[in-house]
Amino acid sequence: MSVIRKVGNFVTGTARMAFLGGNAAYYLWLLFLAALIVQGLFAYAHQAERGLISTNMRDSVSWGFYIGNFTFLVGVAAAAVLLVIPAYVYDWKPIKEVVLFGELLAVAAIVMCLGFVLVDMGRPDRFWHLIPGLGRMNLPSSILAWDALVLNAYLVVNLVVASHLVYCAYYRIPYNKKIVVPLVILSIPMAVSIHTVTAFLYNGMTARPYWNSAILAPRFLASAFCSGPALLLILFQILRKVSAFEIKDEAIHKVAELMAYAMGLNLFLFGAELFKEYYSHTHHIVHYDYLLRGLNGQPSPIALYAWMSLAFSVISFLLFLIPKTRRLPLTMNIGCVLIYTSVYIEKGIALIIPGYTPDTLGQIYQYIPSATEVRVAAGVFGIGFLLFTLMVKVSVAILFEGRSHATVAGRDAMLAPAS
Amino acid sequence: MSLHKSRHLTGRGSHATSSTCRLHASSEVATRIADILHTPRSRFRLVVALGCGALPLQTACRPVEEAPSRYASAQEPPPRVVRAQYPVAPPPFSEDIFPCSECHSPTDKVNRTPHKLEFHEEIVLRHDEKNRWCLDCHDAVNRDQLHLADGRPVKFTESYRLCGQCHGPTLRNWQAGEHGKRTGSWSGDKQYLLCASCHSPHSPRFKPMKPLAPPVRQEHIR
Amino acid sequence: MRSLPVLPMPAPEPPTAARYSRREVVVMGLFALAATAAESGCAVDKRALDAFVQQHFRDLSPEELKQRLAQMEKRYTEEYGKNVRVSATPPIPGVLYGYALDLSRCIGCRKCVYACVDENNQSRDPQTHWITVLEMDKEHGVDLLRANAFYDHETVPAPGKFYMPVQCQQCDNPPCVKVCPVEATWREPDGIVVIDYDWCIGCRCCVTACPYGARHFNWTKPGLPADQVNPNTEYLGNRPRPRGVVEKCTFCIQRVRNGRYPACVEICPVGARKFGNLLDPEGEIRYIIENKRVFILKEELNTQPKFFYYYGL
Repeated sequence: MSVIRKVGNFVTGTARMAFLGGNAAYYLWLLFLAALIVQGLFAYAHQAERGLISTNMRDSVSWGFYIGNFTFLVGVAAAAVLLVIPAYVYDWKPIKEVVLFGELLAVAAIVMCLGFVLVDMGRPDRFWHLIPGLGRMNLPSSILAWDALVLNAYLVVNLVVASHLVYCAYYRIPYNKKIVVPLVILSIPMAVSIHTVTAFLYNGMTARPYWNSAILAPRFLASAFCSGPALLLILFQILRKVSAFEIKDEAIHKVAELMAYAMGLNLFLFGAELFKEYYSHTHHIVHYDYLLRGLNGQPSPIALYAWMSLAFSVISFLLFLIPKTRRLPLTMNIGCVLIYTSVYIEKGIALIIPGYTPDTLGQIYQYIPSATEVRVAAGVFGIGFLLFTLMVKVSVAILFEGRSHATVAGRDAMLAPAS
Repeated sequence: MSLHKSRHLTGRGSHATSSTCRLHASSEVATRIADILHTPRSRFRLVVALGCGALPLQTACRPVEEAPSRYASAQEPPPRVVRAQYPVAPPPFSEDIFPCSECHSPTDKVNRTPHKLEFHEEIVLRHDEKNRWCLDCHDAVNRDQLHLADGRPVKFTESYRLCGQCHGPTLRNWQAGEHGKRTGSWSGDKQYLLCASCHSPHSPRFKPMKPLAPPVRQEHIR
Repeated sequence: MRSLPVLPMPAPEPPTAARYSRREVVVMGLFALAATAAESGCAVDKRALDAFVQQHFRDLSPEELKQRLAQMEKRYTEEYGKNVRVSATPPIPGVLYGYALDLSRCIGCRKCVYACVDENNQSRDPQTHWITVLEMDKEHGVDLLRANAFYDHETVPAPGKFYMPVQCQQCDNPPCVKVCPVEATWREPDGIVVIDYDWCIGCRCCVTACPYGARHFNWTKPGLPADQVNPNTEYLGNRPRPRGVVEKCTFCIQRVRNGRYPACVEICPVGARKFGNLLDPEGEIRYIIENKRVFILKEELNTQPKFFYYYGL
C-alpha cells in the first residue's frame, strides 16, 4: 500500500473508531460539547462583527478572560507531559499509555491556547504576521513572539509523537524508537520552556508591578504541575472502569503525592509573595489589596474567588498530603477537582485582573467577563475537550480494545500490512 | 637592623630630660636618616614612600580645573542671545481705545497723585494696587506710550521691557521661550506673545475657567 | 545631553519583478481560508486581497509606498467625502523631539485633550483620548494612586489641586517596542515611536507594557464623523485608523515633521506646554532641561522618556 493510501486508511479508520461504537453517555457528552462549540461560534460571530468591544476588556484592563484561560491551559499542556518523568522514574507498567495520554492532553490544551489567542486578537485576519518567514517576528526581544514559536513547536512535537504512536498501533507495527524517544525526551524541557516563556510574558512588564516579580516563573511551574495531572488522574480512573487500561493504584497515589508536593511549593511561593508585599508595604501593595479585599472601601468582585482559590489550595494540599485521604478515591477525586479549580482561578482572574487594577495612571476599572466572552470561551473549551475525547476514544480503541486497521473494514483486513 | 644598632650604640635612654631629649632626638633623627640613606633596602622604601606621598601633593599643587558643572548655569544665567527687539503679536487693545492721544493731549493738566478716575471705570486695578497706580506705567504726557521707572518711554509693542522691571526672572524666561507661548515653527521663525496678550496688565492673575468634559468612564463605553 | 546618532532610514527592498512575490502568494492562500472570517466581508476582491497581503511599512519600496498612499487617499476620500491627503513624511535629520510641561501652570482645562482629538482624527464614539489629564492634591504631590482623571468642576483649577497631563512619552527605551511580537511599532530616528496600523495584529501587548497608559486600542470601528475629519493626514500618524489596532500620541508627527508645533502646544491657553528639538542648544527645550528642575515619570523603569515635567514658578 502506498503511504497516501495508508494515511487515508488511518484517517477513515480512526474516524470510525471515534464516532462509532460508543455508549449513550459518550454520545451525550459529544452532543454537549457540540452544543458548546456551536453557541461559541455564534458568540464569536457577534464578536467578529462588532469587534472586541463586545467583551468587557477596555484600555485599562486590556487582557481578560481569554488570556487568563490561555495562561491556565499552557500550564495544563506543560504538566501533562511532565507526568512522563515519574512514569519513567517509578517504572510504571503502562508507561507508553501514560506518555500518549499526556501528549494527547497537551495537544488538546495547546489547540485551546491557540484558539484563545486567536479570539483575543484585534485583527485575527493578520495572524500570518506571526508566522516566521511570512511575517515579521520581533525576536529576540518580544516574549510573545517567542511564545508563539515555542507553543507551535511544542504542538508539533506532541502531534508527531502521538500520531506516530497511534498510527503504528493502528497498523500493529512497532513504533520507531529513534523518532519517539528523542522527541519525548525533548518534550520535557519544552514543556518547562513553554510555561516559563508564558510566565516571562507577564514577568517582563515593568509597567505592572503585580507581575514584575522574579518568582512568577517558578510559581507558574509549581501551580501547573499540581493542576495539570489532575485531569489525567480522573481520566485514568475513568479508563480503568470503561476499558482494559490497567494502572496500579500505587501509580495514581504516587502522582497525587507529587501533586501535593507541587502544591506545597506553590503555597510557599505564594506565601513568599505575600510576605514581600505586606512586609515591605510599598505602594505596590494596592494590587494585592484589590485581589484580597477591595479598594477605597469598595469590596472587590474577585476577592471571593481569590479566597476560594486559597482555601481550595490548602484543602487539596492536605487531602493529597495525608496518605489516608490520598488513597481514598472519593477524597482524592475531590482533591483533584479542588486543585484544578483553585489553579484555574489563580492563573486566570487572580493573575490577570489585579495586574491591571489600578492601572498605570492609578485609575480603577472593575472588569468581569461579559456574556460574549464566557460564551466564546466555552466554545473554545468545547473544541479542546472534543478533540481530546475523540483522540482518547481512538487511542483506547486501538490500544485496549484490539481495534486496528484489520478490524475496521472488511476489505482492508485482506490487505497485508506493510511495515 | 642598623637602626637598632645605632640606638644601642648611642645609648640614649628614655629617662633623659626634655630639652636634652629634644636635642638628642634631633641628632637621633639625623642619624636614622643617614642610616636609611646608606642602606639600599631602606633607601628604596624611602623613595617609594616619598613617591606615594608626592602624588597627592602633585595634584594639590596643580592649578585646579573645575569640571564644568551641570548646575553652573543655575547660579549664573547662561550667556543667551538677548535681542534688542522681539517679534511679537500686536498689543491686545480694547476696541477703539487706541490711539489714546485722541482724547488725551500732551498739554493737558495732569493730577499725578493717585486718585480714583472718573473715566476708564471699567478697569479695576488688581496689580499691586496698594503701591501702584495708572501713571506708574502709563506716560502722563504722551498717553500713546508707557514709561520705565526712570521715565524712559516704552512703546506698547515693547511693553515686556516695562513688565520685566519688576518681573525680571519671568522676563528672562520669556526671552528664552520658556515663559508664555510662542507661535510659529519649532524649527524656524517664531512669534512671541506680549505679556499683556495673556495677562491683563490691570488684573494679570488668570481667572479660573470651565474645564472641558471629562473622559467617558470605560464602564460606559459600549 | 549626549548627542545621539542619527540613524539613516533603512533602505527599502527593491520590488520584485513578479506582480506578487512568492511570500505574498502563500499569504494569499491563507487569505482564502481567512476570508470566510467576517472582516473582509467574504468578498475576495482585489482591494481586500491587497489589504490582506499588505507588507510592513518598512518593507515597502518607494513605488509601493506611493501606490499605497494613493489607495488610502482614495479610500478615505470616498468614506469621508473630504479630499483626504495621506503622506509619509520622512524624519528630519539631526532632530530629536523633546517635550516639556510646566506643572505649576497647567490648570486642567483639557483644551489640549480635545485639540488633539480634532487634529488626530480620534474616534468620538467610542471615545478615545490620547491625553489624560490627572488631578492630584498639592498636599500629596505626584502620587498616581490618588490621581483622578474624571474630575468635573465648575471652574479649574480647583483649590488645592494641581494637574498633570499624561500622553505618550516617546521613550528612548520603549517597553512597547520591546514587546510587540510583529514589530508593528518602532522608534523612528527623530525619537517618535510610531505604529504601522496596517501591520498591528491587535494583541495589546504594548498596551499592557506601557507604564504611562499612553496606548489605546480600537475596540470597535472608530466613530469618526465625516464633517470632523482632519484631511491632512500622515501614514504613521493621524490617518483614520481601522478597528482592532492600537494608536497613540505621535507628537503630531504630521505637524512637527513640517516644522509646526503639535496641536496641544498651540492650544494651551496658559503656555504650560513646550516643544522643540533636544539637539538644538538654542531652543527652549534645552533651556528648560538645563535651567529648571525637570523630572520624568517613573524614572526607575529606565524608559528614558522625552517628556519632561517641571515647575516653572
